[in-house]
Formats: sequence, C-alpha cells, structure tokens
Amino acid sequence: MTSHVPARPNEAERYYNYAYLDEQTKRMIRRAILKALAIPGYQVPFGSREMPVPYGWGTGGIQLTAAIIGPQDVYKCIDQGADDTTNAVSIRQFFAKIADVETTEDTGEATIIQTRHRIPEKPLKEGQVLIFQVPQPEPLRGLEARETETRAMHAYQEYGLQYVSLYENVSKYGRIAATAGYPVMIEERYLMSPSPIPKFDNPKMGGNEAILLFGAGREKRIYAVPPHTSVRSLDFEDYPFETQSWDETCALCGAEDSYLDEVILDDAGAKMFVCSDSHHCGERRDAGHVGDMAGHQLAALDKEPA
Amino acid sequence: MNAVPKNIEAVQGAPLLRVDSLTKWYGHVVGCRDVSFELRAGEVLGVVGESGSGKTTLLNCISGKLAPSSGAVEFETSRFGLADIYSLSEPDRRRMQREEWGFVHQNPRDGLRMRVSGGANVAEPLMNLNNRHYGKMRQATIDWLERVELDTRRIDDKPRNFSGGMQQRIQVARNLIHGPRLVFMDEPTGGLDVSVQARLLDLLRELVRDLDLAVIIVTHDMAVARLMADRLLVMKGGDVVETGLTDQVLDDPQHPYSQLLVSSVLQI
Amino acid sequence: MAYVSVKGGEKAITNAHRWLAEDRRGDAAVNELEVNQVREQLSLAVDRVMAEGSCYDRDLAALAVKQARGDLPEAVFLVRAYRTTLPRFGASEPVETEQMHVRRRISAAFKDIPGGQVLGPTFDYTHRLLDFTLAADGVEIPAALEAEAPQQHPMPTIASVFAHEDLLEADTRAESPQEPYDLTREPMAFPAGRDQRLQALARGDEGFLLSLAYSSQRGWGSTHPLCGEIRLGETAVEFVPDELGFAIEIGEITVTECQMLSGFSGSAERAPQYTRGYGLTFGHCERKAMSVAIVDRALRHREVGEQADAPVQDEEFVLYHSDNVEASGFVQHLKLPHYVDFQADLQLIRRLRKEHFERRAALKEAAE
Repeated sequence: MTSHVPARPNEAERYYNYAYLDEQTKRMIRRAILKALAIPGYQVPFGSREMPVPYGWGTGGIQLTAAIIGPQDVYKCIDQGADDTTNAVSIRQFFAKIADVETTEDTGEATIIQTRHRIPEKPLKEGQVLIFQVPQPEPLRGLEARETETRAMHAYQEYGLQYVSLYENVSKYGRIAATAGYPVMIEERYLMSPSPIPKFDNPKMGGNEAILLFGAGREKRIYAVPPHTSVRSLDFEDYPFETQSWDETCALCGAEDSYLDEVILDDAGAKMFVCSDSHHCGERRDAGHVGDMAGHQLAALDKEPA
Repeated sequence: MNAVPKNIEAVQGAPLLRVDSLTKWYGHVVGCRDVSFELRAGEVLGVVGESGSGKTTLLNCISGKLAPSSGAVEFETSRFGLADIYSLSEPDRRRMQREEWGFVHQNPRDGLRMRVSGGANVAEPLMNLNNRHYGKMRQATIDWLERVELDTRRIDDKPRNFSGGMQQRIQVARNLIHGPRLVFMDEPTGGLDVSVQARLLDLLRELVRDLDLAVIIVTHDMAVARLMADRLLVMKGGDVVETGLTDQVLDDPQHPYSQLLVSSVLQI
Repeated sequence: MAYVSVKGGEKAITNAHRWLAEDRRGDAAVNELEVNQVREQLSLAVDRVMAEGSCYDRDLAALAVKQARGDLPEAVFLVRAYRTTLPRFGASEPVETEQMHVRRRISAAFKDIPGGQVLGPTFDYTHRLLDFTLAADGVEIPAALEAEAPQQHPMPTIASVFAHEDLLEADTRAESPQEPYDLTREPMAFPAGRDQRLQALARGDEGFLLSLAYSSQRGWGSTHPLCGEIRLGETAVEFVPDELGFAIEIGEITVTECQMLSGFSGSAERAPQYTRGYGLTFGHCERKAMSVAIVDRALRHREVGEQADAPVQDEEFVLYHSDNVEASGFVQHLKLPHYVDFQADLQLIRRLRKEHFERRAALKEAAE
C-alpha cells in the first residue's frame, strides 16, 4: 500500500532546503555515517541540529534519513512496529512533504525504513537501510552517569562494569534481566546499545544484508552496524541469551513467531495478543492466514484511509 | 583458576621486572631519583620510608600510573616480551595491568566497586579475561573467599556491609584470582587494627609463598616490612639511601637514616 | 469496548492541530493578539526567547511567543528549529561591551564609580503591588524625564577600576586566538573549555541556572559572589566579509552583561587577586546574566584551584542538563508509546512473581 506524492517544482513558497537540512549539515552527517560504518558499534559524535520535532521524539533518526534520502527512495516509518502510530504518521508526513518522496507501509518495497523500538519481522535485503531512533546511545549510561568515564571504557575496551552488572543480575534474579535494549558486542570490539528494541529482535541484527544506522539526536551520536557484521548478545555459557516467546498466537493472523502486543479489551482484564509488526500481520491476513479473533475491529483499523 | 597464558619460557633467574635509573620531578621538586632494581618471581621487595620519602611516587611510576621524567620500567609481558611499559600504547598498558598485575590499595574503597557485591568484585577479573561461565566463576570466587578466610555465605553482600579488614580481604581476592605474576601493595594494612593487621599479613605471606608471586610492597611500618619483604629499599627525600636483604638492613643498618627508622620502631 | 490509544492515524493528528489552533485563538470576541504587541509590550518574554533560542530577531521571537501561546520553552524550541535552517556566513568580531550605549549600569562593589550608578528601566525598586490601572484601557503614562547632561560614553567598566591596582584577574587573551568552540555546530565535548561552557550557559534554561546559582550562594559550592557590574544597552556587531577584508558594522543589538567578583586566589608565584564570573545575554535578561556569571565562576574551579564537590561545580551535570529544548523533549517523550518494551518487562515481572510464589509454596510445603 503506497501513497504517491507528486513531485513538485521548486516553488517560491518553499523556504526549506530539500529534506529540510542544509547541504553542509547533510555532508557533516554523511561523514559521521561513513565513520560509523568504518568502526562498527563506535558512537560517532555529530553536530545534531534542532529539528521541527522535539529532541527525544526521533530527531536522530530524522537527521539520518534527511542526510541520505533522495527523490528515488521509498520511505517507510514505523513506531512500536506499526505504520499508523501517531508519531510514525507525523514523521512520514514530514518526509513526504519535504523530500518529495514516495512513502509505503510495505517492508519489502521500502529503501529506507525508519523505526522506533522494533525491527520488522520480514528479513531485509541488500540495498535497504534501517534507521533506528535512539534515546540513549550509551549502553553503560545506566551504570555510569559520566560521559568522560564511559568514553574511556570504550576506548580501552574496559567493560568490567557491564560484566559485573550481568553477574549481579544472575545472582539476584537467576537470569540476565535486560528485556529491551539488550547490550551487544559488535565484532567483538565495541559494546553497543541496539536502541530499546525488545531482545526478541536482537538476533535479526547480525549478518544482516541491509545497513543498520542508529541516530541519537539529543545525545548527538551516530553509530552503525554494516552488513554481514557479527553482533553478539551478551550472556553466560550457562545462562545463554534467550528471546521472548508467548503462549498465545496473534489473534488476527495466527502468527506463532512474531512479537506480540498485548491489548486490554475491557475493564475485567480480558486481553488479546496481536502482531506488533502491522504490515507483517496485514500481509499474512491478505495471504489467507486467520487468527482466533480474525473479525476484530483492530484489523479494520489498519485499512483506515490515510 | 589461572587464566593467564604463559607463553614465555621462564628462564631461571631472569628478572620479571627491571627498573633502571627511574626519576620523577614535580617542577623543581624531586619525587624519586635514580632508582634501580630488579625483581624476580617469588621475591618480595619492600619500599620503606616516611611520608615524603618518595615511595608513593616510586610505586606509581613502576605500576604504570605515572610516567617518569627519565628512566625505564621493563616488565616481562606475556604479549610483547620484555618491554618498557611506557613504550606500550595506553590501551595495551592498561590491558597488561588488568591481566597480568594486581594492585592492592591502602583504602579498599579505591580498589573495589562499592556498589556491587563482593562476589561480583572478585569475579570481575575473570570476566575481563573472557571467562563466560557463570557457575564456574562463582565457584572460583567462593574458593577464593574461603582462601582469604571470609564467610562464603556473604558472597552476595556489598562491600559496605563488611568491616575494613574484610573489605581488604575482598580486595586481595580480587587482585589474585586472575593469577597475576606481579602484585603491588600500597600500605595494605594501613588503617586497620593491630590484631586485624597481623592476621591479614599472615594471610598475605602465605599467599605470596603458595603462589610464588613477585610483590612490591610500600610501607612506612618496619614491622610490616620485616614480616613480608625479602629485600628492602630505604627511601629518604626521593633517594634510595640503603638497600639489601631485609634482615641485614633491619638488624645492621648502615645509613644514619635507616638507623633512625629502625630504632624508632617500638619493641613490643 | 476495545481500548486503542495511539493508533489514531492521520485524521486524529489533523483534528488535534485544528483544536490547538482554536485554543490558541481563545475567545473570538476578544481582539487577536498582534505580533508587534508582543514585541513591544511583552519585551522581556521576547528577550528570553532570543537568548535561549540563540537567535537575535525580535519579530521572530515575538511570533514564536504568540504561536507558543506564551509557553516560553516551546517558543525557544520554535526559534531554535528555525535557526537550523538559516544559512551561516561566519562569526562576528568580538562585541566590545566597553563601547556599549549604556541605558542601565550598576555596581554593588563601590558606592560610586566613574560613569555613576545608572538605574535605568528596572523592576528592582518597584513595590510588587498589582497595578489594576493596567487592566483598564487608555491610561495615560507620564513620560520619563530626560537627564540634563548626556551619559558618559564610553562608560568605563569595573575592570578598569580594578586595573589601577591589578586587583582583578586580567582577561586572558591568547597570543594566537583560535576559533571559539561552536556549540550550535558541534556536540559537547569534555573536559569543556570556557568558551564551550559559556555558550552552553548563555543558551541554557534560566530557571535551571538560577537554581544552581542560588544553591552556590547558599553553601553548595564555594562561590560567594559580589556584583562587580551589570550593564544593559546597545552594542554594535561587526563582521569581516571575505570580499572586503575589513570590518563593517552589520547592526546593533541589546545585551545584558554581568561581571561577578568572587573569592580571591593566589599562589606562591601569583599575588592574590579577585576572580571573575562572566555572563552575557541577548536582550534584557538580568536574572539570567547574573546566574550565568555565578555558574561560570563555579565551573572555573580547576583554573582557580578549588575543591569541586557541589552540583553547580560539576561540569557534566550542569552543561548536559542546562538546555531546556533537550530537557523538555526528553521528559515529554515519555508520552510516546512504549508498550513494546513494556510488554517485554511485563513478561519478566510475571515470570519472577510466579517463581517467587512457587518458592514460597515449596517452603511452606516443606515446613508442614
């Protein structure tokens, strides 16, 4: 399902440069991207600009997209896995307007996918770029507040603070407690935060055919995982990394292996579980898959006119 | 659980550490001047003197914390062979410090992570060496807590819940569990009760003997020096005024300052 | 009935914007606020928005205040976002505040100084009684009297007073001055030089800096400041275009400058001198300029050789949290959906609770 915005000539009313950022800023960001790709997992400081969207609401992802997008691109934007969550709608509209670009909800058709908190279920292909919105790029920030300290830890590859935290988890909870933003080692060199994606999505990062870019606008850092890169979720041999699983399946399409959202149905606590990835679910339903509550109005909402 | 690979062939009698004409100036004030010595596996070298003698400066220079003004500190590293530690890049030097050395601070707060459990503190050096089996590391930690005579049921307690002497024992365990070949100790019993001191020193002596460690211990306390060290360097005003076997220096001091130091020790 | 929150779709956003516009307008029977009214009659709001927005343009700031319905941090955000789109020609020459056309200048350090104490337009000695005549229309305002003699110009600064005895540390000017750090183009880097610190403070949130300055006066820090000088007035901005190779005046701006004197320090080599904290803002923002000067001085502990254990002296703490655009964005981003991560969390806590109760049950059984 794509919405095509007709290309417009450069009107006198247009006060903003193509894709909003001026060319020098785009160049600065591209240089940061190249550096990030050259040093997988390393956080590259960059001169993040104030954008029309507040810090904390995706300015890092927006600046990455703005720096690389062109009129030939096809742009998809999701939040919590869905195309129609309010902020995703807002950002998609922004790029449709200022980048004269085709937008889509189809994961396979998109060339640039900007995401908050999920990786799409459908495997990505070479030529696609997945851009993550990152609130806190520093994986150690919860353990050490000071930037001067954490920067040294990365430089010296001194990650003892992270290791003792994992040890403490196991001694206290009998397991590693991180459920989202689960720390990973990139190419066995840099400790990285994958952004607040659920650990369910961690395995999708390693050996990916697509380019993964991470942007933190407020904290002013860009980092990257190039294609075919080793991404290891931290664990112990006797407490190995595990992803989430549900007893339930998707109530709309019956999927057994996608990440599920819990939806509260009434005041008595009745609930249903549906695929978080709205396009994945829609595709499955179009292909004839049916879940327990297939006729539910939630399915109808996906078809709401844009 | 010894995790340091010993690639080098231990040549009988070859020094582990060689310090050559080490000098450190602070502006016009001398920290330490022209200090030279060698240290072999199994040897304990004591550096004694009053405050202001230069022993702390010397310790910081030879342990890689403070670059000297001139002179060399050569260590038989496992990665690079015999090398001046200040010729290594900072990441390499820090890695070597982490993997091959121990450093027991006078104040346990400087040598421990106070906000994580004692067990995590002791396991950390193993994790730094890429050990990834929680159960095995926890067992190694328990073994070491036993060895330093701590109640192993308290493995998950935080250091602030322990007395000063016990915190020091945790620090000792943390600095020995990874099998370092060289350990620095900076007044390890300073600030502890006399009886606690005595027990801790006995423990240290036993460990040094069992593990064939090379140790450099800095102290102002001659009793500690006599108990722990095989050899002594006596420092005054940045210079080494006397050096020799511990018993010789303490029983028959030659330099007037050494004589003063020795005679000032209370005979109990 | 199904409860679905954020899947509002595009229609919901459009409707929300329309409602917002209605609320902004308020009662249609009341005259619409004009931008020039904001500019003229809410000038201190405009000044604050220029200062924190890092953009000197009164009309722009006034428009932002109107569009933001008077929410000043929101107005600052509008100005900053607009500023991002402006082309960049280069940096001006340093502004010579000694040459300022002074409208107000006071010093607490001396009873009188060359140039005199000039009160200017200040709230300071007003009685804070609500003036209900302002609520009425068409009240006549008596004109302020003009002085008989013209103001001294240029008005000497407090530094020149101290210079005779060398009591105040001199401005450190480097022999070959480098480009000052540009915080609007580069991310923060620590340890931060004074140029970076002052920029962050100049555009920092007035409330945050005010509280920090207050804390240092109350003992959380060692700054016991004395107000050396505050001056307000117009000063020229000069720029050297590449094509010309010499400086031309491109305009005049209003600035507020504050110099705080604080604790003298000295060493074996240096005789004791007063040290300085410095604050400069666009427009008339005295509270801000004073707070900046106090916090600046507190952050200079390294240069001055002081112990630093108070929050106001902690560079990372102060600079990272002083920007209200960043702070507001991040705090308010909590309104965005977080249910995917919450689901992951729910799973864990449900499992932990289950295990907890199973263990308790097992213990109970064993006891029986």
